Amino acid sequence: MLKRAQALFLSLLSLVILLPFAGSALAESSASQLNMPQGVTEVSQAAYDIHMIMIWVCTVIGVGVFGFMFYVMYAHRKSRGAVAENFHEHLGVELLWTIVPTIILIVMAFPATTALLKVYDTDNPDIEIKITGYQWKWQYEYLGEGVKFMSELRTSDDEVYGREPKGEHYLREVTEPLVLPVGQKIRFLVTGNDVIHSWWVPDFGVKRDAVPGLFTAGWAKTDKPGTYVGECTELCGQGHAFMPVVVEVKEQAEYDAWLANKKAEAVEYASTIGKEWSSEELMAKGEGVYLQSCAGCHQADGGGIPGVFPAIKGSPIALGPQIGHIAVLIDGVPGSAMQSFADQLSEVNIAAVIHYQRNAWGNDVGDVTQPIDVLNYKQSK
Amino acid sequence: MAHGPATLADGWRAYISRWVFTTNHKDIGTLYLWFSFAMFLLGGAFAMIIRAELFQPGMQLIRPEFFNQMTTMHGLVMVFGAIMPAFVGLANWMIPLMIGAPDMALPRMNNLSFWILPFAFAILTSTLFMEGGGPNFGWTFYAPLSTTYAPDSVNFFIFAIHIMGASSIMGSINIIATVMNMRAPGMTYMKMPLFVWTWVITAFLLVAVMPVLAGAVTMMLMDINFGTSFFDAAGGGDPVLFQHVFWFFGHPEVYIIILPAFGVVSQIIPTFSRKPLFGYSSMVYATAAIAFLSFVVWAHHMFTVGMPIAGELYFMYATMLIAVPTGVKVFNWITTMYKGSLTFETPMLFSIAFVILFTFGGFTGLMLSIAAADMQYHDTYFVVAHFHYVMVAGAVFSGTAAIYYWLPKWCGKMYNETMGQVQFWVAFIGFNIAFMPQHFLGLAGMPRRYADYGLQFADWNMVSSIGAFIYGGAQLMLLYNVIMTIKFGKPTTEEKTWEGAEGLEWTVPSPAPYHTFSTPPEFK
Repeated sequence: MLKRAQALFLSLLSLVILLPFAGSALAESSASQLNMPQGVTEVSQAAYDIHMIMIWVCTVIGVGVFGFMFYVMYAHRKSRGAVAENFHEHLGVELLWTIVPTIILIVMAFPATTALLKVYDTDNPDIEIKITGYQWKWQYEYLGEGVKFMSELRTSDDEVYGREPKGEHYLREVTEPLVLPVGQKIRFLVTGNDVIHSWWVPDFGVKRDAVPGLFTAGWAKTDKPGTYVGECTELCGQGHAFMPVVVEVKEQAEYDAWLANKKAEAVEYASTIGKEWSSEELMAKGEGVYLQSCAGCHQADGGGIPGVFPAIKGSPIALGPQIGHIAVLIDGVPGSAMQSFADQLSEVNIAAVIHYQRNAWGNDVGDVTQPIDVLNYKQSK
Repeated sequence: MAHGPATLADGWRAYISRWVFTTNHKDIGTLYLWFSFAMFLLGGAFAMIIRAELFQPGMQLIRPEFFNQMTTMHGLVMVFGAIMPAFVGLANWMIPLMIGAPDMALPRMNNLSFWILPFAFAILTSTLFMEGGGPNFGWTFYAPLSTTYAPDSVNFFIFAIHIMGASSIMGSINIIATVMNMRAPGMTYMKMPLFVWTWVITAFLLVAVMPVLAGAVTMMLMDINFGTSFFDAAGGGDPVLFQHVFWFFGHPEVYIIILPAFGVVSQIIPTFSRKPLFGYSSMVYATAAIAFLSFVVWAHHMFTVGMPIAGELYFMYATMLIAVPTGVKVFNWITTMYKGSLTFETPMLFSIAFVILFTFGGFTGLMLSIAAADMQYHDTYFVVAHFHYVMVAGAVFSGTAAIYYWLPKWCGKMYNETMGQVQFWVAFIGFNIAFMPQHFLGLAGMPRRYADYGLQFADWNMVSSIGAFIYGGAQLMLLYNVIMTIKFGKPTTEEKTWEGAEGLEWTVPSPAPYHTFSTPPEFK
């Protein structure tokens, strides 16, 4: 019985030890999702190379050490009549297994250093993009181009909560992806607006924390057009898993056309600020904005979550003077989770959502908030 | 009453008074062990909720907000409630027996350091029922998510951490005082059992870093309630400061968890190899070296935070260096087995699994130390897999080995060997099914602390959840085995339960009398 148990022990142990190594070998031969992606930039390639070096170094050491251990467990069993010897030290071998690993580590430090230098080579970019993490979305600003937009999850709550079948791109789709050209060195300047987030695109090998009050830099340059999906990798609250990164790399001509189009949109938008909006238009627009930007905390019915997020339904701010309501959205509430939406939402959207909040779910102030009111408040500061 | 401990036969009042007012190291050790096991089951229940939710993509059982509370509470309860008290319990029971002391040096403080713990965890757990929910910012509680953006219950969390810290510091001072002053005549430092050595070094680590943790949570308290801006960039503070302070505590903390585990394994492997521990003095030096290095590598948890490259390189090199003393330990354990006379009882099985799986976790740790590769691993399931290999297969396997190894000494009953081995195999297989696939998930790009994930991660998550449920079941088997042993186990009165066992704890009868070594033994 005990003998059989031992045989089982050995075979299962070796299986478990070999599994990851078999896994990594498999990943190399197929496009399987077991290993780190090689990616499409120098940085991701460097990370992959050093990763594989480490795997093989560890594999060789592991096979040696565990192989010896299994031999000992087989050969020196009491049931095979092994009699214990009494030695308990040997300066030579003890020095040997201190010095040899040290030498291995020193040798490995060279490729590790080279790879890290590559990660930090952020100088002389062709394009600079400021990335700001918000709860729970990303803002991309093309520095010097006047183009700035929000990128949010497009997967619906119905898919998340199983009321609808999950689509092919479940949690990997956003309202507006970051668009980049091929062949240009792009520097990402990453920061956070509220809590710490982390912007990660595995295929670029770029993972940079988005810390409020601090900029961290990463870079990418690739020749392969395509769509690359990443994630937020620093716990940032309840929407942590729901703020993916999607990057589209386009050919230069396509990118130029896209950028020109974005610039034209910005000009066109400016003309709508001065327009007089009707209550119906604002309510319709406001509901969409509310569900996208406010309902995560204040809930779809305006009831909030007691003790965490205050209700808007019946709140003194929503029922009080218009200017106070605008102030909360533009300035935020210091020391609380209510952040400033001045940079996140356009004047039109802020006006619409304020109008919606003041006139939905039984709130019945009845006034109309125009985009120009929001702009005036912003400019008065 | 004066002659022995009150039992149930003396009535409920006397029995309860015994446990509440006890200053006996064995009673307090028992309290610590049962308490930590209760916390282990609680933290395990949180883990089961996490794995059940992650069984499939989409949110099925709970909401993301509650998911975050579960990951946070799982980490806090397991680290501070299960693993640390379990090893303090072992220290209480075994250190006086191993060094031939009648009790711990500071018995009343010993009582206090235990009895404040249940209150700390009652406070911590009660936050789950408060308006706004419990801590939801991860066990590393990075500011400002844990300050400006935290639920109100964060103040209770801070208070609970303060109490746990006070308990740990008192426990550590007690261990240091005991070992320094109460060793049997003839037992010099370099003759102490290795478990005692690892605990002394751990105690010094605790005394050094617990105040740092207290400082971190106190700064949080100030930021939340008194208008300071230690971690608030808008007020001139820096969220990254929090991470530096936290990990200056946090990195030694992981060695606080693993060093006593090294000690346990260094007791058990020689016993079942029937051969003295190989390289005793290098084991001691390696432990001290690991403890020292643990203070100078903390920022390897922060490679993506935007440190200057010089800092990044320094922390990478220093971290790689830890592999050297850790390797020495592994080589020593294996060489102890070499040319021994091996048998494979349950404690030995858990110890061998410890060596293998901990070494595996060490390999992934070495990979994580390479900063350029860590940019890809950081905050993914690869890290989750890594630290569960070193903490679960490390600390928990070693703790389980310790229970089987010393249980006959504690209660005078022998556990059922077949049941012990069955439990081992269920635990070993369940553990690997649960955590091996998490390496693949992490490398393929799944971040940790995700309540939901894309469809490409579905298969391995399901496998991992199944493994986690098996591993959870193995812990209920452990509880069953321990209770059956205490109630119905075969009585054993032998002083030396195991043929190859050495040390003073094996010179007293089984079960160990309530008072031992009232006169100091002579140690050769």
